[in-house]
Amino acid sequence: MTHKSEFTHHLRRYFQRASEALFKELRSGEELTLSLKAEDQLYVRFNGNLVRQNTNVEQINLTLGYQGGGRTVSQSTTVSGNADRDIPHLLHLLNACREEARVLPSDPYQVPFQNNGESYNEFQGELPPVDQLFDEITAPAAGLDLAGLFAGGASIRANRNSHGQDHWFATETFFMDYSLYDGPRAAKGVYAGAQWNSTDWAANLARTREQLQLLSLPQQNIKPGRYRTYLAPGAVSELLSILSWGGFSASAWKHGYCPFKKLAEGEAKLSPLFTLKENFSLGLCPRFNSMGEVAPETLTLIENGELREFLVSSKTAKEYGLKSNAAERSESPRSPEIAAGSIDEKQILREIGTGLYLSNLHYLNWSDHMSARITGMTRYACFWVENGEIAGPIKDLRFDESMYEALGSKLVGLTSTSEIEPAVGTYDIRSVGGVRVPGMLIDDFTFTL
Amino acid sequence: MRLDRPDRNHTDLDQGAMIEVLIDGHFGYAGTADLSAEGLKRALDRAIEATRAASKKRVFRFTTEERPNARGEYRSIRQKNLDETSLAEITDCLMAASKAMSISDTIANRVASAMIIQTQTDFFSTSGAEIRQNFDLVNIDFAATAVRGSESQTRTYSKMGQWGGEVFEKDFFVAEAERTAKEALELIEAENCPEGKFDLLLYPDQMILQIHESIGHPLEIDRILGDERNYAGWSFVKPEDFGRLQYGSPLMNVTFDPTQPHEFASYAFDDSGNPATKEFLIKDGILLRGLGSLESQRRSQLLGVANYRSSSWNRAPIDRMANINLEPGALSLEELVSQMKRGVIMKTNRSWSIDDYRNKFQFGCEYGQWVEDGRIVKTVKNPNYRGITVDFWNRLVGVGNADLVETLGSPYCGKGEPNQVIRVGHSSPPCLFREVEVFGGHA
Repeated sequence: MTHKSEFTHHLRRYFQRASEALFKELRSGEELTLSLKAEDQLYVRFNGNLVRQNTNVEQINLTLGYQGGGRTVSQSTTVSGNADRDIPHLLHLLNACREEARVLPSDPYQVPFQNNGESYNEFQGELPPVDQLFDEITAPAAGLDLAGLFAGGASIRANRNSHGQDHWFATETFFMDYSLYDGPRAAKGVYAGAQWNSTDWAANLARTREQLQLLSLPQQNIKPGRYRTYLAPGAVSELLSILSWGGFSASAWKHGYCPFKKLAEGEAKLSPLFTLKENFSLGLCPRFNSMGEVAPETLTLIENGELREFLVSSKTAKEYGLKSNAAERSESPRSPEIAAGSIDEKQILREIGTGLYLSNLHYLNWSDHMSARITGMTRYACFWVENGEIAGPIKDLRFDESMYEALGSKLVGLTSTSEIEPAVGTYDIRSVGGVRVPGMLIDDFTFTL
Repeated sequence: MRLDRPDRNHTDLDQGAMIEVLIDGHFGYAGTADLSAEGLKRALDRAIEATRAASKKRVFRFTTEERPNARGEYRSIRQKNLDETSLAEITDCLMAASKAMSISDTIANRVASAMIIQTQTDFFSTSGAEIRQNFDLVNIDFAATAVRGSESQTRTYSKMGQWGGEVFEKDFFVAEAERTAKEALELIEAENCPEGKFDLLLYPDQMILQIHESIGHPLEIDRILGDERNYAGWSFVKPEDFGRLQYGSPLMNVTFDPTQPHEFASYAFDDSGNPATKEFLIKDGILLRGLGSLESQRRSQLLGVANYRSSSWNRAPIDRMANINLEPGALSLEELVSQMKRGVIMKTNRSWSIDDYRNKFQFGCEYGQWVEDGRIVKTVKNPNYRGITVDFWNRLVGVGNADLVETLGSPYCGKGEPNQVIRVGHSSPPCLFREVEVFGGHA
């Protein structure tokens, strides 16, 4: 087993040195925040249980947040990690910030930087050495049509500012996000953690394979209509992902884009069974945001169907006279958890009775913001259930449903057990974080195509 | 700028190198932002170590034939260098646009933004290839949101392409921003789009999404080969469909064309060094060619194009769209509308969703107009439509002429593992489809 701590330890020292070099060059009336995003990852893409592409990526990205004369400017740059070479370049960017600030109008809603404290979290992991990794992954999947992505290595997020703020978060983790195919039929699995374990990987594969075998039952021809529908945690996670796009954002509400506007203004309620909170105690991502502001460890957004709080960034707070809860500018949840309910997951087929079991959803989007309507597709292991027994897999269906109804009067209940769905996004840099969600049983869920 | 005030001013400088090695028939990669000789050597060593191990499990045995020995240069056509356009000039245009949208208290939010990208790629290979390409890209967006009670309607405008500083003309910003805000006000007063099977006239700023999702993605050969199955999905298109499948009506002609001046994803070579040429993907409605790089062409034995593209130095190339265009027909706008007995005109995409085989789609637009007996009767809000790809394209009954073509695209096409977001260009005239399932919003 190998670990990447050399990269992490080097960057800790590098970041302190680079930030101090910048802070000491600041002039009167200037403030600076320096944010670090970095990774040393191995990405491996599989198709047919074979390697399509392997890519090592070592990247370090610094963002200078500059304030001076009532103006705010930011400059991001990739750097080499060699402080002697990088510091002159960073000082050049500091000057570029000054020049840009001179020509911009002043920002009446500027939030002055302040010291939001210090934190230090570092988690080491163990991954198979690269010469064993490919066998480790493919050997237990021999004979299976596996497609997917392995990502493993160090991920770092950090933030320092000229007021003395200092936050550091570093992890060494992996995920194997994969699908098993049998012709057009497929089942989805994710194996993730900090310590690679061959036995756990084989067991994870075996569970997904069992689901794939269920797909060999005769396909059921289900027409568009309204059905009692169970969304397994993988499907709920997809739903939560699209809800997070403006659904819980104070600025989206103020700007007229928020799909839960009626919830915010007391014109609608969700089911008393539905509770959503930010829960940083899950330990999946740092509590500090890219400004270094530290969010509460838990923050209830919706409680028993009623809005308690939107996510509020400090900029939105300043503009609209609200109280910030240290949200990012995007005001999307970073570590959301939907509260579990009382349905025994082992009894879920009996609870469905006759209807649909959906393991995953695909390509969701708001179809009508004002009625909080979302459209999307079923994907992977989705079954027609008849009298409490799986009758067989379905062909993909399109749904189009208002969340005021699906999470309101149509919500039958949630399972008593929840699952953590780790973040597997890798746009530009591997994401940190994840969600914790139970399964969800909904009556009369609307399918349109 | 938002509500006449600066909202965000950000510059991103991203530079690095991707080392590609070919070992025992397998291509592998290592990316680094450390461009010193020792940084590049370290990346090379890591690429060799991982690729040697991975080659024992390779998906295919490639050769250097998939990396042409090409030499050349490309530069975006522009009248004025972007770095000669000052931040003050840009800010001035955006402020003017923001103010021009302030036409009523009902307009609660006004945003004007510009994204300016300058990219240089240098490609060297031991095969002898040596390519330098410089891209100048501009993306301008306006958005006006009208709010009344619990109702809100947003209208947007976008202009994107390979341009220089010549696009920062204040009069143009003001005119488009005013129109955008007026149409947002129109929408807040409008009735919901009716529900039923109607004729559907899609404007270019919705056609580009229709082309992208239901032609571009399903024709990517790496999808057809299954590389993308765990992420964006597979494809309903089978290898045996090329040369046979009646993808759409005979009016449908679609090209891969990275040679168009000013289009967002024009280039001279892809990221394997393959020279880029215009090719017909669909001619007279028949599927001819896929979007597959030299690697995908070798694996599938299908005809492809020069489309092996990386989003940046930190990602390996994969099959992507570049410019996918629907070629113009012969009809004027008046002729297109006159063919509609009962139907809806839809402009500007606002919602998009399609299944993982690229069959069942549902798209929504910002702005609709109801047409009866060939005449526009009224504006309608929340227009949506749904369909199934091949059935939908075979409903194409009218294609606008060359004067009506608009060239747009997207900076944000997501695909691949690890994920990549890349720019794509699309151009199209307005197109008329018969008897499509159309519907509106709910109260």
